[in-house]
Amino acid sequence: MPHKTFFAFILPSLIAMVLFIALPIVSVVVQSFHVEHARVLVEVENCQPFGGCTKETRVDTAAMAQLQAEKPMGQFNGLGTYLNRGHLAVNEIGAILANNSGFGDVVARIYNLPFYKALAFTLVFCFVVTPLAMGLGFVIALAVNTIPRAIKGPVIFFSLLPMIITPLVGSLILYWMIQSNGIIGATLQHVFNDRTLSLRASPVLTWASLLFYGVWTNAPFSFVVFYAGLQTVPGDTLESAMIDGASRWERIRYVIIPHLAPLATFVALVQLMDNFRVFEPIVGFSAEANATSLSWLIFNDLSGDAQLFGSAGATSVLTIVGVVILLAPVLIRTWREFNHKVV
Amino acid sequence: MSQAALTQKRPLPLNLLITVFLVIWVVLAAFPFIWTVWGSFKVEPDFFSRESWWNAIFGTYTQRQTGEAFTGAGYYGAWVTRDFWRAVANTAIVTVCVTVISLTLGTLGGYALARSGHRYAFWILIIALVFRAMPHITLVSGYLLPFFQLNIWGVLPTSIIVLVAINQPFTLWMLHSFFLSIPKDLDESAMVDGCTRFQAFRMVIIPVMWPGVVTTGLFSFLLAYNDFAVTSMLLSADNQTMVPKISSFLGSVQEQGNVMFAVAAVVSATVPLFILVLFFQRQIVSGLTAGAVKG
Repeated sequence: MPHKTFFAFILPSLIAMVLFIALPIVSVVVQSFHVEHARVLVEVENCQPFGGCTKETRVDTAAMAQLQAEKPMGQFNGLGTYLNRGHLAVNEIGAILANNSGFGDVVARIYNLPFYKALAFTLVFCFVVTPLAMGLGFVIALAVNTIPRAIKGPVIFFSLLPMIITPLVGSLILYWMIQSNGIIGATLQHVFNDRTLSLRASPVLTWASLLFYGVWTNAPFSFVVFYAGLQTVPGDTLESAMIDGASRWERIRYVIIPHLAPLATFVALVQLMDNFRVFEPIVGFSAEANATSLSWLIFNDLSGDAQLFGSAGATSVLTIVGVVILLAPVLIRTWREFNHKVV
Repeated sequence: MSQAALTQKRPLPLNLLITVFLVIWVVLAAFPFIWTVWGSFKVEPDFFSRESWWNAIFGTYTQRQTGEAFTGAGYYGAWVTRDFWRAVANTAIVTVCVTVISLTLGTLGGYALARSGHRYAFWILIIALVFRAMPHITLVSGYLLPFFQLNIWGVLPTSIIVLVAINQPFTLWMLHSFFLSIPKDLDESAMVDGCTRFQAFRMVIIPVMWPGVVTTGLFSFLLAYNDFAVTSMLLSADNQTMVPKISSFLGSVQEQGNVMFAVAAVVSATVPLFILVLFFQRQIVSGLTAGAVKG
């Protein structure tokens, strides 16, 4: 296809992506180097007929508005936002490393810094939910593959629901059930005979319920992909494995799993990307006291009364760096394969 | 078939294990929805009951308060008192526009990517993959300030365009792999007969592309429908779609003791998805796998 025709076809799509994906990334980077203007203070002398004069410091709103109009981004701050307590917290980490009482203390104190707290949950969510959901999805696929055709349809229908559901809605539905007055929460209280038991109160239980939600909503995707993969397992190979005396388990281990391995890479990539932006369940479970994620931090900066664009920008840039690191193995592999193909 | 032979040989305990496992999974997947739909027709002390969940099943308090076992009060409160219908209308506008526009852009782009053998087509796909991985909220923090300056914040068209753009990488990938499965000879023979590239696309490709477009359209629809990050930050309170509306319900509604409004709104937002899966189950499954088999 000639260059001109190619670009005529793809231009609208490219323009949309450049304007609303590439430029915002640039905008985020620029924003992250700026902070809100310092407040302009004026001293006002307040004199009353009796009682003399008092001096008062006030925020000069007119000057602030003018400053805001001239420089909407705020003032230049360099890397300041990146290094402050809300983000990489370089000084605090230095202090912790210089003066601490053992490894546990270091971890606990670093975990108390907001950025690292969010990073910890995001990474745990990514790397716990993805393998568990893939494992569960694989087992469901194996099981569904054995049942009669007539009930396959309904089973697949119900299995798709947790994946297709709006994340915020799905997490609310689960949250209402595990609340202390919801069906699961109340039942747990009865079972353990503990009126104060609440999944929200302890950090461990909050994490556990968020991870459970993650597996619940991610498993169907792996299931569907693996199930489709199972349909393409070569029958001859299976049969010859059986003739060679391979047990049921050995057939799964040595025929089916190797056959599905390329699919597993794809599923893992997609789910890691999606889980890295975990955000809605934290809003839905109102879990921000015990678990935050990088996306939630940005949302929180932006939705307050004073929108902290600089802070949100810095967290966003750090998140994007995280995404690129996550994708790096795939990108490097594709790059190598591509060069191989051309040469 | 060997598959049938395998089925017959399975020992009873294994069959039992499979059945039990599948029953547990289906209950896990379906019960939360059934429970919430059922509970949305009850009053709050029934659905959120510390005493016993039998209250929700028999509707003890619902009977006491309304005289009947089921009540539509939550739905009335959400849809009429709290104007949820407006959010539903906004969602309809946003999802339809996003789906139509992203499919239009995506089919053109995906077709070009599938038919171009040039190096840069490959790089566009790789960049699209990186864009696909960007968390939406990081992009949103880049939009806000420019949109405030341009004074286009808070209205539906802005959100529609943004969602279309965010949707493009995925749409391009999916339609690219779909167009690869349509034989090249088809449009090339049309061009030998004297068609331009665009004519060949219009007269030969468009008639055969609908299965792929429908599948991709389903996923575009889902992305627009399920989005929370973009719509909650970019729409003003009057223009909110369903999902941000539900989230803003939560705060105000809980204080006033109207949690059932939120429950009813949540169920209302779930119903279209049920219907979608019911009718398009096969397309959804094939769409999910298409990406996998090609990738």
